[in-house]
Amino acid sequence: MSILAASTDVDVWHQIFNFTDYGELLSLVRNSIIAGVALGVVGGLIGVFVMMRDLPFAVHGISELSFAGASGALLLGINVVAGSLAGSILAAVLIGALGSRARDRNSIIGVLMPFGLGLGVLFLGLYKGRAANKFGLLTGQIVAVDTPQLSWLIVTGVVVLLGLLIVWRPLMFASSDPEQAAARGVPVRALSLVFMLLLGLAVAISVQIVGALLVLSIVVTPAAAALRVAAAPWLVPVLSVVFATVSLVGGILLALGGSLPISPYVTTISFVIYVVCRLVGARQGKRSWMPLRLLRPARG
Amino acid sequence: MLNQTTMSEPVLQFDDASFGYGQRRLWGGLSMDLAPGEFLAVLRAGGSGKTSLLKAVLGLQPLLSGTVRVVGAPPHQGSTKIGYVPQHRRIDSLTPLRARDVVGQGLDGHRWGIGRPDRARRRQIDDMLASVGAGDYADRPIGVLSGGEQQRVRIAQALVADPKLLLCDEPLLSLDLSSQRTVSGLVDRRRRTHDTAVMFVTHDINPALPYVNRVLYLAGGRFRMGTIDEVMTSATLSDLYESPVEVIRSGGRVLVAGVPEWPDPHHAHDSAPSLQAG
Repeated sequence: MSILAASTDVDVWHQIFNFTDYGELLSLVRNSIIAGVALGVVGGLIGVFVMMRDLPFAVHGISELSFAGASGALLLGINVVAGSLAGSILAAVLIGALGSRARDRNSIIGVLMPFGLGLGVLFLGLYKGRAANKFGLLTGQIVAVDTPQLSWLIVTGVVVLLGLLIVWRPLMFASSDPEQAAARGVPVRALSLVFMLLLGLAVAISVQIVGALLVLSIVVTPAAAALRVAAAPWLVPVLSVVFATVSLVGGILLALGGSLPISPYVTTISFVIYVVCRLVGARQGKRSWMPLRLLRPARG
Repeated sequence: MLNQTTMSEPVLQFDDASFGYGQRRLWGGLSMDLAPGEFLAVLRAGGSGKTSLLKAVLGLQPLLSGTVRVVGAPPHQGSTKIGYVPQHRRIDSLTPLRARDVVGQGLDGHRWGIGRPDRARRRQIDDMLASVGAGDYADRPIGVLSGGEQQRVRIAQALVADPKLLLCDEPLLSLDLSSQRTVSGLVDRRRRTHDTAVMFVTHDINPALPYVNRVLYLAGGRFRMGTIDEVMTSATLSDLYESPVEVIRSGGRVLVAGVPEWPDPHHAHDSAPSLQAG
């Protein structure tokens, strides 16, 4: 009786963590790790603006339409990343164009999201291929990133990264003080649309790796964590990127041996980082601000 | 009081300007010159079109008719000749900017790219923060500063590019009395040391009273302009409001009693303080 119970325990444990033949497995997921790093950089950076512009709900809405696009592509047998991108961009443009005020935006997202999810479920229902492909789009996949897909992801990631670097200062200005930025000649409205497009691209990449349901763990949680412990405009993005990358690569490495999807590992690491940052942030109190003083170079 | 340099050209000029949106004319007939170093208070009662005035100066919205010139040229968006202090709004505590970064935005926040660390820029920001007395919290997150501290930082942000005209939109709103005095004092010092012209929109003139050269009083689509002694009188304001208004000057303060409620419900709170005591 007790032997039986013990062996079930071990089985469950092995499903979650299993490091036999780890070295061989590692070479299989090389692509995923590269994709994970790329997504960590992009998701971590864009997350800072998602937080500043109060867009976490939009991220969720975009990812559901991205899921619909990806599952449609899966059904039609065309490139899944392209389908995912198409869905994302459509959602981002709709939300950006129709929802300049927060209330409008939230209602538009609330309308789009279930529609996207419903479409996605329909396409997957009709799809006769491998079940793992279906599940992967919602909750993430680990070895599914093949080389042509990887190049799509990398190219998209580079586009988002370059886009963000170009608009960084005015976007920061427009996100923190839109009125003052407009007075200074920052094209606030155009920047907002550009940002939604970049966000759409970033979400499309995330859907491929962590799945549509869990995009927020990469695009929101790391930036939210970073904002708890830092305020310098260079330190927050750096920390956010580090947190996102650690969550993704850590998640992939831990998921490798077990038989579960990657997402529970990624979301758990990301969540733990957030909790730790909240505790550290509460402890240091925003007023004393120790980490910043330690990290700031001494004045010359 | 006004150290006027008569030969220098006006910083701001309106010539028979009228303001409004689309076909809707809000008010008009404004002709005025603002000299370097001059302190103009724009007093307003609810729904009186001060937003259209500010937008016209900032080049965000064209006049319905007439002309406006800022330092001799038509205003254009993003002009560094104007420093703008928007209406006070609490900044979210999770904004990833320190006081010094907010001031830095006044220098190069509108430029593309990510910017590079720059010694001269840093010194300029430090000096600006020190001159508004905000040096102690230069490295604090902007979101955790008090309302008065945030407002000092915003003034530093507006002044750091050394504008010819400082435009303040209700800079004292929701500040405590001592912060109100400090902020208006800072603005006054700047125009004395740098000859910056000041256009100071407020609903309560008292915190700025010692510094004001001229008043532009807007009410119900009409206006009166002149010195405090000319405008802030029972006769002038009664005429402007078309209703008996009493102006009492006592102890270095101006109290206006009996301002009628304005019909526009959105601005009811603006006109409510009929007794503008400090």
